[in-house]
Amino acid sequence: MLDLGVWQEIFSTMGKNKLRTFLTSFSVFWGIFILMILLGSGNGLKKGVMHNFSDATNSVWMWGGMTSMAHEGLNSGRAIEFKNDDLEILDRGFDELENLSGRIGLWGGEYHTNYKNEYGDFGIQAIMPGHQVTENIKPMSGRLLNQLDMDKFRKVTVIGRIVQERLFKNEDPIGKYVNINGMPFLVVGVFDDVHEGETERLYIPLTVAQKTFRPGTAVNTITFTTGNATVAESEVLIEEIKQKLAKKHGFNVEDQSAMGAWNALKEYKQMLSLFNGINIFVGIIGIFTLIAGLVGVSNIMLIVVKERTKEIGIRKAIGATPGSIIGLVILESLVITAVAGYLGLLCGIGLLEFIASKMPASDFFRNPGVDFRVAIGAALMVVLAGVIAGFVPARRAAKIKPIIALRDE
Amino acid sequence: MVEISGLHKSYITGTNSLHVLKGIDLTIEAGEMVSIMGSSGSGKSTLLNVIGILDGYDKGEYNLNGKVIRDLSEKQAAWYRNQMIGFVFQSFNLISFKNALENVALPLYYQKIPRRKRNKIAAEYLEKVGLLDWATHLPSELSGGQKQRIAIARALISNPKVILADEPTGALDTQTSYEVMELFKEINDSGITMIIVTHEKDISERTKRIIHLKDGFIEKEYKTKLSLNYA
Repeated sequence: MLDLGVWQEIFSTMGKNKLRTFLTSFSVFWGIFILMILLGSGNGLKKGVMHNFSDATNSVWMWGGMTSMAHEGLNSGRAIEFKNDDLEILDRGFDELENLSGRIGLWGGEYHTNYKNEYGDFGIQAIMPGHQVTENIKPMSGRLLNQLDMDKFRKVTVIGRIVQERLFKNEDPIGKYVNINGMPFLVVGVFDDVHEGETERLYIPLTVAQKTFRPGTAVNTITFTTGNATVAESEVLIEEIKQKLAKKHGFNVEDQSAMGAWNALKEYKQMLSLFNGINIFVGIIGIFTLIAGLVGVSNIMLIVVKERTKEIGIRKAIGATPGSIIGLVILESLVITAVAGYLGLLCGIGLLEFIASKMPASDFFRNPGVDFRVAIGAALMVVLAGVIAGFVPARRAAKIKPIIALRDE
Repeated sequence: MVEISGLHKSYITGTNSLHVLKGIDLTIEAGEMVSIMGSSGSGKSTLLNVIGILDGYDKGEYNLNGKVIRDLSEKQAAWYRNQMIGFVFQSFNLISFKNALENVALPLYYQKIPRRKRNKIAAEYLEKVGLLDWATHLPSELSGGQKQRIAIARALISNPKVILADEPTGALDTQTSYEVMELFKEINDSGITMIIVTHEKDISERTKRIIHLKDGFIEKEYKTKLSLNYA
């Protein structure tokens, strides 16, 4: 029943009822269009927010604060400062920690960087090699910092993409010296980071900073990653570390302001489940919009069948089988939904692409778009739905008795 | 061609049963031109529907062209209708959004004949009824007589054994009615059996045999002058 004649029959019927065909098509078009826009926007929202997780998703950051509770004879209001020996305690005490690193932030303003006559105020971060994993930076050329740089107090630096662009323009920076507050550092590598802002940085070995800019053993921040630990496991780990540090520094574990900790994994998973929830919600709304469209098709096809009762009666009298009548109605419904659905798909994706290209990416919204597989799935669903939408009216049409349809009023 | 014996047919509407045909015995030979007459409610249209396999029957026997017509599936019935029977109706029953040519060609569509070929055949039949020039016109642009001739061309195109006409002149003026009857006679002369249901006496007199139906029985039947002239 899929020969050319059937299609000619259907297209000539549709062509002669243009308004009806258009109205039916539009409800399906709209359903798919809205579904695509909703799913695409949901994705954009998710990508925008998830983009903020540019660091390793299993990273943990800890920093010292100010005590707010008196503890074992010590006053409140003491500053807690982590030192190298804290790192050693953690390193010895917790095998599950990976990429353990201290970090000193030497922020712009006080620190000026220049290469020849190009100057800039960039963030300088003194770190241990593991921190590069935690920051999730991508080497573009040269190499990253390593343990040897630490051990030998080498004055070397890896610079961010934007630092390279501003200071070196088109020059290859590897092997050149940049001056940080007049002190020359050998550039050994260039890195990129998903976050634009985090490429306006230079990383130098922590040991060098502790000999030069910040003499001593203090580290501002301790960072590490937690491997494959679950959220619960990582929370337990952080609690244990807090207890150990509280004991050493003499503050109450319950003291929220004595030290801070940020567990990326927990936040990441929370966001992930939030957005999965949003996507499911948005998908359900979209699908219901689509269903409304399809019910519309089914409804209109029912009216069509009613309207065409006489015609169907005539067709049956001159030899149309019930199967050919069912085919006629279902195929008409299928053609309408498939064509309209496909157009809705194209327009929806087209609009998303347009928004993606015109709208600057923000922390809340970037690159809206629909997964290719989702689009294909939606297209298949539309075809299937076309058959379903046509089925009830088609069966009713097949049941029309010619003697009743042809009865002269 | 048509052999009917002891045919009964009732319509059940709710709790009421309406006994419409109460034992019809009827034989129509191939090549005959018969009219079935009767007042409204006599069962003539029901009989035509049974003969046309548009409706079933309760009791009795019905053979069409040597085939027992009994408990057919809808698909089989559609096939028999398509192969053996041509219908002509009072209200023409053309499909309003198809032009004259497409209407005539439609039965061939259900015989799976390719479009080009069926349009060619349809054009031949339009020519036979003298309406080839009107091929691209929609039914709404045609007069009643023209519409009926289109419908007759459609009935003829599948080369049926029998043409069943239900009040074919009911919506036409006298002059046009006679022209249509003249066309029927020509068709009958080519060997196709004609069965015409009518309540107009002058129309029935233009057939060769008249069967009078009353209250579900055959009241009387006789041959007309027309048959004697040709006998």
